[in-house]
Amino acid sequence: MHPSYSVIFFTTASGAGYGLLILLCLFGALGLIPVEPLFMFTSFSIALGLVTFGLISSTFHLGHPERAWRAFSQWKTSWLSREGGAAVVSFIPAVLLAFGWIFSVGDEQLWSFLSALTILAAIVTIYCTGMIYASLRTIRQWNLVLVPYVYLALGLATGAVLFQFLLILFGVNSGWSLGVTLFLLSVALVLKHLYWHSIDSLGTKYTAEAATGLWRLFGPSGKITPLDPPHSTPNFVMREMGFKVARKHALKLRLYSYLCLFLIPILMICVALLGVNWLSVIGGLIALGAVSIGVILERWLFFAEATHTVNVFYGMEAA
Amino acid sequence: MTSLPEATNKKLGLVIDLDICVGCHACATSCKEWNTSGYSGPLTDQDPYGKDPHGSWLNRVHSYEVVSETQSQTVHFPRSCLHCEEPDCVTVCPTGASYKREEDGIVLVNPDTCIGCKLCSWACPYGAREYDLDQGVMKKCTLCVDRIYNETLDEVDRVPACVRACPTGARHFGDLGDPTSDVSKLVEERSGYDLLPEFDYKPVNKYLPPRARKNGLAAADVKQEIPLSQPQQNSKSAMDLIFSWADKKLSR
Repeated sequence: MHPSYSVIFFTTASGAGYGLLILLCLFGALGLIPVEPLFMFTSFSIALGLVTFGLISSTFHLGHPERAWRAFSQWKTSWLSREGGAAVVSFIPAVLLAFGWIFSVGDEQLWSFLSALTILAAIVTIYCTGMIYASLRTIRQWNLVLVPYVYLALGLATGAVLFQFLLILFGVNSGWSLGVTLFLLSVALVLKHLYWHSIDSLGTKYTAEAATGLWRLFGPSGKITPLDPPHSTPNFVMREMGFKVARKHALKLRLYSYLCLFLIPILMICVALLGVNWLSVIGGLIALGAVSIGVILERWLFFAEATHTVNVFYGMEAA
Repeated sequence: MTSLPEATNKKLGLVIDLDICVGCHACATSCKEWNTSGYSGPLTDQDPYGKDPHGSWLNRVHSYEVVSETQSQTVHFPRSCLHCEEPDCVTVCPTGASYKREEDGIVLVNPDTCIGCKLCSWACPYGAREYDLDQGVMKKCTLCVDRIYNETLDEVDRVPACVRACPTGARHFGDLGDPTSDVSKLVEERSGYDLLPEFDYKPVNKYLPPRARKNGLAAADVKQEIPLSQPQQNSKSAMDLIFSWADKKLSR
């Protein structure tokens, strides 16, 4: 599948934004971090900013961005519509909660309630994003139960690194947060590793002979090869769905994403565990930079490694 | 709404005979010609006279060579929307622009509400939907919805443009939901099949399988029956000669 940059930025930015939002709500409501106005203002601005930036950038790949509002209507059947709806709904408790915490309006009970609502809406939104891909039967690398959970885990892991960096920057020491960040990064590592392992061992589902039904002609021994293409240059279907990344490059890029997305951040968080202030700031910064590059690589690969069934009509032996 | 209708009154669709399709692309070009000014029009092209010409077409004709250990045969394979009974291209649409008509089962895209997110094209294993780069919306076969009910056309023309254009009669149009219809009988008789039934989209369009040629014999038979060396001039009648003379004069 052709990797569309606006979709890559959308899913990674909003994923990290929701991850940060979830951790802010969780830690704030449980009293694990002090509800300090400047910290809350900065953190909520970054979280909601990332989500908003993501949502807006997702409209860039549309043919008619001005009609994007129509996308909220088909929640009964469409995961894309559900995602849009959940994303907008999540703003309500999040903004109310940010207001409450920053200006000390309301009480603990209300804040806990709003935190729970925000966490729920954020999880639902990321899950819907994952399901947009996981629900497509045409792409075997996406049509997996694991996919929405990988999206959730990566959103939480990238959000956690961002959260941890903000805590370090504001001089808030929380042993809990370092542990939670390490835990979330490890969970994401395991799930993503499982994902790559499973798409490697999947095997193709449909051959060209099966898709065209032309195995009927000479029986199972019949093989088809394209003789004349229907058009002289690639059409939309080939440009959008026919993107191929060389296996060699894909493996190298996977290695880089393991490194940037998981290993460097995990190492840097361990450095922060030492408790030396200036070292923690540098470590946090490196972790944040690495995780950002890593997640963009990971998302690019998610598209580039996906093979669409339609390719079997265009000369791919099986997909 | 992009929810699918529970049932459709008719299942209008095409039956494509792979045994006699000669791969002339007349169906594809006449489709483009009709539809560029029809419901889905315009079907724009990019760089049409340049080095990388491409554009939206609703029908594409592949040509394949089917090879076994002992035989080989060319099969021309037209590919367009199959107007499935339960397609994901409709249900994934976030705006409701993609829909299936209850009255006849035709799957359409409303060009006024499509946002051009391309998700429907991702959901279709048949590559039936093409994004129009110029218009920013999805284009797909309309089964010539603006022809088949069009009373300003002669009755013979009230079929999809591809069916009307096919010089070999390889394309048939009708109600596949009615077991007594000509198309349904044809499918029954010739063991018509669904493309990728594993997807459970339940395609309405059916393909009639090609029949294996008699290997190696066919060409020899043809040679014996029609002596190609025989001068054709001798067989011409007086009328033919007059027409030929008139043609020469008029062509000057």
